[in-house]
Amino acid sequence: MAKRIDVKDLNVYYGAFKAVEDVTMTVEPRSVTAFIGPSGCGKSTFLRTLNRMHEVVPGGRVEGHVMLDDQDLYSPKVDPVAVRRTVGMVFQRPNPFPTMSIFDNVAAGLRLNGLRDKKRLAERVETSLRGAHLWNEVKDRLDKPGAGLSGGQQQRLCIARAIAVRPSVLLMDEPCSALDPISTQAIEDLIGTLKSDYTIVIVTHNMQQAARVSDRTAFFNLAATGRPGRLVEMDDTQKIFSNPTQRATEDYISGRFG
Amino acid sequence: MTIVDTGMDTAVQETRDGSARRRLTSGLGPKAAGRRVRDELARVVMWLAFLVALVPLVWILGSVLVKGGHMLFESTWFTHSQRNITSSDVGGGAIHAIQGTLIQGAATALMAVPIGVFTAIYLVEYGRGALARAVSFMVDILTGVPSIVAALFIYAVWVTTFGFQRVGFAVALSLVLLMVPVVVRSTEEMLKLVPNELREASYALGVPKWKTIARIVIPTAFSGIVTGVLLGLARIMGETAPLLILGPYTKNIATNLFSGNMATLPTMINQDRVEALQPALDRVWGAALTLILLILLLNVVGRIIARFGAVRT
Ligand SMILES: Nc1ncnc2c1ncn2[C@@H]1O[C@H](COP(=O)(O)OP(=O)(O)O)[C@@H](O)[C@H]1O
Ligand SMILES: [Mg+2]
Repeated sequence: MAKRIDVKDLNVYYGAFKAVEDVTMTVEPRSVTAFIGPSGCGKSTFLRTLNRMHEVVPGGRVEGHVMLDDQDLYSPKVDPVAVRRTVGMVFQRPNPFPTMSIFDNVAAGLRLNGLRDKKRLAERVETSLRGAHLWNEVKDRLDKPGAGLSGGQQQRLCIARAIAVRPSVLLMDEPCSALDPISTQAIEDLIGTLKSDYTIVIVTHNMQQAARVSDRTAFFNLAATGRPGRLVEMDDTQKIFSNPTQRATEDYISGRFG
Repeated sequence: MTIVDTGMDTAVQETRDGSARRRLTSGLGPKAAGRRVRDELARVVMWLAFLVALVPLVWILGSVLVKGGHMLFESTWFTHSQRNITSSDVGGGAIHAIQGTLIQGAATALMAVPIGVFTAIYLVEYGRGALARAVSFMVDILTGVPSIVAALFIYAVWVTTFGFQRVGFAVALSLVLLMVPVVVRSTEEMLKLVPNELREASYALGVPKWKTIARIVIPTAFSGIVTGVLLGLARIMGETAPLLILGPYTKNIATNLFSGNMATLPTMINQDRVEALQPALDRVWGAALTLILLILLLNVVGRIIARFGAVRT
């Protein structure tokens, strides 16, 4: 189920502005890869190219290749909607659908993609909520609005919603930055179990978090504001945090800038 | 060293060399006297303006209530038409006019709501570039069209060009021209209130854009859209010029939009207004009060829906 991502020579633009330049990297299946780097260096922008969400922004476009196993996501034959079914995403701010109950939120992706069978929906919702470590907290109030949950629960609800459509890859853009430490802990534990089934890419501004949850870490940087962000180096998380190759990485992780 | 009041939460300190230096007092300390006076003055002026604006409103409502209130308690007012009743007779009711106003309003809404909502969806969700700007500009122009111009336009097309009769449907067509821009603008506002994050959350589940709009965006904005429609309806139900030009009055109950005359509350008012006889004049006030209440009801329902179903984020 989990798939490998191979990025080759990727440039990402907002209109005429080149936000990310010349990224080549490999993301291993069944592992957690963390993106770190100063804010504005294009982590979110790059992450969103991995499920073709970048082109939703007016003027957003991409040069280069993103291979999911053997398929080029940017080949003209590929439907971006289908890509997003395979590569799911969790956002910085929890964003459950406000008109829907907890159950309907998790079922939304399945229903909107045509699954009608009540029994199968209920099964998938339960599996997904269990998978997101939320089932025990919400099993007695599945018909209550999703917006009524706490921030941390909402974020786990969003994770349940994302895994309900059974993607191969899960992208997370600073999923804990709006959460308290307890909820953050819950999400980090969750990431630890999810990685046995999914390829996970997580953007975080919290370096301890990257060190705790990830197997591989990619450090992005930008030369100056207004210049495109670049991938400085990518390696095993342990290596990045103990003995990085690049001077800029060492400066960043030791807190000398950023 | 003196502290000069600047009327703001900063004070300017005169330093010895005469240069003024601004210093934040962070809102502490007593309000300066000058500012207090201006504050009071502004308060008084605003209250006066409010009361002046209230005078005509209270006056109109008062006289309509006093002169027309008793008509609504006549046993036949909401059950009978004016069939076979002359202007010197008392009796009969306004049901033919109430019905006509409601039927024409409904026919208008049936046409204006889809046009308006789909236009708004286009402008907010799809519109880019020259075409969207052109559409938006057209809606602006339509907003400024006086109702009599809309009526004469439909008259020119419907009666002069096609040679059709003046019927309820022609009235509805001209009211559509007036209602569409209201629906477009209010729906646009509501769609813009739906956070982009919800659209992205839906896309990220592999849901196509049109389905995202139909199943996520519209439901989230639904109550706001309904409110806009009701307020737009309230606005066109009181229109008179199109009725005078395209909707001749009849004392009888009529339900056919495509043939024959159809009474409405504004044309009933206009009909009986020219009579000097008291029974007719009573009916003028009664019809006026009925129209006001009808529009008030739409407004109140619209506001209630807006209050209890605001776009949730
Ligand atoms: N919607 C957008 N339109 C134009 N420029 C954008 C947009 N979003 C982000 N950018 C620019 O792209 C660069 C990278 O931003 P982002 O990917 O959000 O960085 P990060 O997530 O690392 O903080 C920044 O210079 C930012 O100003
Ligand atoms: Mg970001």
